Amino acid sequence: MNIASLPTVALVHLLGSMADDEFVIGFSDSEWTGIAPLLEEDVAMSSLAQDEIGHAAALYGLLGELTGADPDAIAYDREPDEYRHCRLLDHGRGDWAMTIARRYLYETSDAVRLDALSGGSWAPLAHLVGKLVREERYHLMHVNAWFTRLAGTSGEPRDRLLSALEVLAPDAGTVFAPLPGEAALIETGILAAPMPELEARWRASIAPMLESHALPMPPAVVDPARGRADHGAAFAWLWGEFNAVRRSEPGAIW
Amino acid sequence: MSEWGSQVGVARARSAAALGPAPVLDVAIVRAALAEVMDPELPVLSVVDLGIVHHVSATRDGIEVSILPTFVGCPALDVIRASIAARLAIFGVPVRVEPTFEVPWTSDRITPAGRAALAAVGIAPPGREEDMRCPMCASAAVVRDGLFGPTQCRSLYYCRSCRQPFEAIKSV
Repeated sequence: MNIASLPTVALVHLLGSMADDEFVIGFSDSEWTGIAPLLEEDVAMSSLAQDEIGHAAALYGLLGELTGADPDAIAYDREPDEYRHCRLLDHGRGDWAMTIARRYLYETSDAVRLDALSGGSWAPLAHLVGKLVREERYHLMHVNAWFTRLAGTSGEPRDRLLSALEVLAPDAGTVFAPLPGEAALIETGILAAPMPELEARWRASIAPMLESHALPMPPAVVDPARGRADHGAAFAWLWGEFNAVRRSEPGAIW
Repeated sequence: MSEWGSQVGVARARSAAALGPAPVLDVAIVRAALAEVMDPELPVLSVVDLGIVHHVSATRDGIEVSILPTFVGCPALDVIRASIAARLAIFGVPVRVEPTFEVPWTSDRITPAGRAALAAVGIAPPGREEDMRCPMCASAAVVRDGLFGPTQCRSLYYCRSCRQPFEAIKSV
């Protein structure tokens, strides 16, 4: 597909939302560096964070090619309400169970989204997605192991996981919030199916795990159109953290 | 211009005509030079043995190399690009090194020589979980300690036989 026939507006929303998702979860994960409950997990969360922020950088790069904007400026120089990540990622780091619950809901959603983009008609994104899925496979193995470990025990680990799922439940499906101009992405073969259908696929994909541990399925999102807005106080704090160095010396070359 | 000078001029023009259009640099020679560029994180492995060299073209106008990042967020990528450009500078033409995801780098692109070089320094080459062997004592009594390791491309293992931790290249 050549540039002239691209559904640019819709593509900007798609790349922007995916990039912001990876960027925000990457920064949340990086908060465990140095304080994770096990040495191996300290390494794992740092490495996961590096993967996610690397994915965000590649997606911001594609976005920059479409819009002419500098990828670093897109990543760091916006106001909090201009970020388009899903609200699932707006609940603060929390405890280890919260981190595992959030990662589980996000990674399983991201897997369905990437699957719907693989083999798409816009080569730069399809090629990148082909690479991302190989890395995300490790993320899924990691989070599935931890989710099973916490859900399968009795007492405090399972109680904490349940509490975390309860907090996240209203926003669990927000990865699939409708994108402006989504229909054009489907017509041009960039995205395989509309977001509500992808959400249904995601629910089917997590049902066996949740059922096997007698955990409730998250409810439908009340206002899907606001699923990537209203980020709240926890994100405002994270935003202040991740751009602190950048703001300390605007325009500096590192 | 002297008589001698003009004769040299004529001779030069004849050589140029005999040579024809500007010759193409030999891609094989460029690839041989690339085999001397080591990966900064795994310095026993050349970029060729790591399998990240994708396309190489070489003409008198310049050399173009496309490389396949092992991981999307690989922080060593700029160092690798600079090392390649520095090594190929010897050919005296402009060098361009660009990353691409046109085909995904996969761990089975590491050459047999590359796998042997990794094992020799105690890093298990990539493979199926059930085929994993300790790179120090070759025992199969190994357990995975962590999916993630000190760099994006490595996992952590422990050998129950020789009681040593070791790293393995992720299978992607």
